[in-house]
Amino acid sequence: MYRYDKYDQSIVDARVEEFRDQARRRLAGQLTDDQFKPLRLKNGLYLQLHAYMLRVAIPYGTLDSRQMRMLGHIARKYDRGYGHFTTRQNVQYNWIKLEQAPDILADLATVEMHAIQTSGESIRNLSSDQYAGAAADEVCDPRPWAELIRQATTFHPEFSYLPRKFKIAVTAAGEDRAAIRLHDIGLKLVKNPAGELGFEVYIGGGMGRTPFVAPLIREFLPADDLFSYIEAALRVWNRNGRRDNIHKQRIKILVHDLGQEEFTRQVEAEWQHILQNGTNVPREEFDRIAAYFAPPPFETGLSEELDRSDPDFAVWLDQNVKAHKAPGYAIVNISLKPVGGIPGDATAEQIELMADLAERYSFDELRVTHAQNIVLPHVRKADLYALWQTLDAAGLATANLDLISDIIACPGLDYCSLANARSIPVAQKIATRFADLGRQRELGELKLKISGCINACGHHHAGHIGILGVDKKGTENYQLLLGGSGAEDASLGKITGPGFNEDGIVDAVERVTDKYLELRDEGERFLDTYRRVGFDPFKEAIYG
Amino acid sequence: MKILTGNDLPTGDVIWWTGSGWSRHVEDAVDVGDKGEAILHAEDGACRVNGGYILDATETPEGPRPAHIKDRIRALGPTVRPELTLKPSDPNAGSWVI
Amino acid sequence: MGDPLRFRDDDPAEEPAVTLDAFLDQSNSSAVRLEAGEDARALLPHLDHISLIEIDFPRFRDGRGYSSAQILREAGYKGELRATGDVLVDQIDHMRRCGFDGFAPNAPIDPAVLEASLNRYQYRYQTAADGAVPVWKLRHG
Repeated sequence: MYRYDKYDQSIVDARVEEFRDQARRRLAGQLTDDQFKPLRLKNGLYLQLHAYMLRVAIPYGTLDSRQMRMLGHIARKYDRGYGHFTTRQNVQYNWIKLEQAPDILADLATVEMHAIQTSGESIRNLSSDQYAGAAADEVCDPRPWAELIRQATTFHPEFSYLPRKFKIAVTAAGEDRAAIRLHDIGLKLVKNPAGELGFEVYIGGGMGRTPFVAPLIREFLPADDLFSYIEAALRVWNRNGRRDNIHKQRIKILVHDLGQEEFTRQVEAEWQHILQNGTNVPREEFDRIAAYFAPPPFETGLSEELDRSDPDFAVWLDQNVKAHKAPGYAIVNISLKPVGGIPGDATAEQIELMADLAERYSFDELRVTHAQNIVLPHVRKADLYALWQTLDAAGLATANLDLISDIIACPGLDYCSLANARSIPVAQKIATRFADLGRQRELGELKLKISGCINACGHHHAGHIGILGVDKKGTENYQLLLGGSGAEDASLGKITGPGFNEDGIVDAVERVTDKYLELRDEGERFLDTYRRVGFDPFKEAIYG
Repeated sequence: MKILTGNDLPTGDVIWWTGSGWSRHVEDAVDVGDKGEAILHAEDGACRVNGGYILDATETPEGPRPAHIKDRIRALGPTVRPELTLKPSDPNAGSWVI
Repeated sequence: MGDPLRFRDDDPAEEPAVTLDAFLDQSNSSAVRLEAGEDARALLPHLDHISLIEIDFPRFRDGRGYSSAQILREAGYKGELRATGDVLVDQIDHMRRCGFDGFAPNAPIDPAVLEASLNRYQYRYQTAADGAVPVWKLRHG
C-alpha cells in the first residue's frame, strides 16, 4: 500500500488548515453560503436533509487496518456510531457538525486520509478494481497508476473549476469490476503485441440524467503518457464544455455533441501541445510509487484443502470467496447487505472488527467495493473457517455476493437532499421478500441497483434490474429498468413502463424473476436470458 | 400555512422558525404569512440559519405538518433508523411522516 | 508599497484593454481583454507586442479562464495576466499557479487571508505556469 512521504503529508496537512480557515470565515459571516458551498464541496462536505454529510476519500478503495480503525473512531466520536460505504468506494458520515469538520480532517490526516475532491466540480477520488493486486485475471496491479493520477489531479490548478464533476476509473483485469465504461474516463491496462503496457482509453461515459456507455477514444495509450493525455481531455472539456445548463455540463455531453471522431481529434491535438510542457510524471516516480504496491510476502507451499463439512460455511465459500492469484490464498468478500439491513452501512464496532481481521488475516489490507461491500484481499485458505466464524458472530457473513439481495442503493430520501424517493426501504423489502438464500442462489447472479433520483448514485442504469425513485405529485413512485450492466458487457437498462408504489415495485421485481426462471436456458444468468429473449416477455409478465 | 426551515449553521441541525427564533421541533413552527422572504434574508445575514426556505404546511392539533414528504422526513429523521430520530422512544412518532 | 494584488515589478499598462475582436481588427493595441469563452490561442501570433491581457471571470465557478492563462503562459507570454470580475480570495492561489500576476476583483480582498493562502502550500504535485518544482521532481533530486 502507498504511504505518504513528507510531501504528501505536508499537502494534506495544509488542506486541513485551509479548510479550518474557510470554515472559520463562514461561521464568522465573512463568506456567504454561495461562496462557501463550492469550497466545502471540494472537501467532501455536503448539507443534507438532517445535517452536514462528510464524504471521506478511500483512494481506489484501498485502505489498511489503521485507517479503517480511524473510520470507526470518527463514526463514534463525531457521528452517531456508524458509517456508510458508497458506490464510489468512499465512506460517508451523515451527522456531521460544521464546527467539528476541521477536527475530523485533522484526525484523518494522522492516518494519511482526507476528504479532498470527494465532491463538487472537481476531479473525484479514483475508483478501481477491488481485487487489484489479488485477482487471478489482471495484467498487473492498476493501483500504482491510480495513485499517480491521484497525486497529479490533487489541486490541479488549471482544473480548479471544471464544468462539472469528473470521475476516473482504472482497471487491469478482463472482468470489469470498476464499471469503467460508465465513467468520464475509463482506463483499462492492456499489453500491446510488443508486450508493452498501455491503456485503452474510454471517455464520455456516465449515468445520471443522460446515461452513456463511453466510446473507445484511444486503443492504446503508452503507459508513460497517461497523465498528459488525461490533461488534454480535461483541457478540451474545461474550455469547450457547456456551462449554461447544469444538466448538460458533463464531458459525456461534449463527447456526444461533438461526436466521437471530432472529440478525439481535439483531444489528440491538445495532447500534442501538452506533450511539449513536460507534465508527464517520469518513470522513476512511477517506479517509486509502484514499489509500495509490491505483493505482500505470500507464504508458499500452503494447502489448498478446505473442510466444507459446515454447510453454512460451504455456502459462504461458494458465494463470497473468490480465486486469488497466489496458491493457498483467497479473496474474501464481506457483505454489508444483511437481509433487512441498510446497504453499505457498518457500525463503528463492525468497522473496527473488520480492521482487526484485516490485520490478522489479510496482510493488513482492506478494500471497499463499488457494490458497497468490503474485501479482505489476501486470506490464507487455511484461515477461512476461523475468519468466517468471527464474521458470522458479528452479522457480517451474509453469503449473498452478487445475488438479488446484494443490492446497491443510494441513501435516498432518508438522507439526501436531492432525492425524490426513499431507496433504503425498497432495498429492505426486496431483500426480505427474497430472504431465502436457497431461492436467491437458484436465481443466480442478479445485480439489483436502486437510485432515489435521476442522478443515479445507486447505478440503476447499470443494474440487471434497476429501480429509479421519482416524485409523482408528492408521493414516492418507482420505475423499473431491465438489462443494464456495469461490467465488461456494459449496457444501459430500459424502463419497463409505468411506475409502482413501494409494495408494487417489490411485486414487479418478483414477476420479473419468476419469468426468468420460466424462460432461462441451462447456465444462463438473468441478464443472458433477458438479452436472448428481449424486453417484451418481461414487460408482458409485469403489466399483463 | 407557510412556515420556514433551514439548517443551523454550526451544527447542521434542522431548524424551524418560531416567530422569535429557531427550534429543532416542527411543532414550534409558526405561520409566517408573506413575511418569509424578509425573515430569511435577515436570519441568513446574521448566520442564524443556513439554506433556509419557505414551505407549505398544514396546521393540525399536534402542530404544523409539512406538505411535502421531504420536509416531513427532515422534521423527524430518517425513516429507516427510528433510533436516530428526534423521538427515538416513541414507536409511533413517524406515523404522520409517510 | 505597491499594489498588493499585482505580482510584477514593471509599471502597469496605461492603455485600457480592448476586446478580442477589436484587438484582432487593429492589432496595434498592447492591452486586450478576453471573455471567459473566447479562444486564448487567437492571441498567440501577437504575444510579443502585448503587455496586458485581462481574463474575465463572470462567476468564480466559471473555470475557463484558468486554461486560457495556462495556454498563454505555455506559449511564452511574458506580459501581465490580470484576472478580473468575480475573483475571490480562495481562488487566487490557483490563479497564481496558472500564471496570473495581476488581480482586479469586483469585491475587496482581505489582505491577511490572501497572504495566508499564498503561503499555505509548500509543495505542489504538478508543474504549472508558476514554475513551482513539482513534488515528483523534488523526490528524485
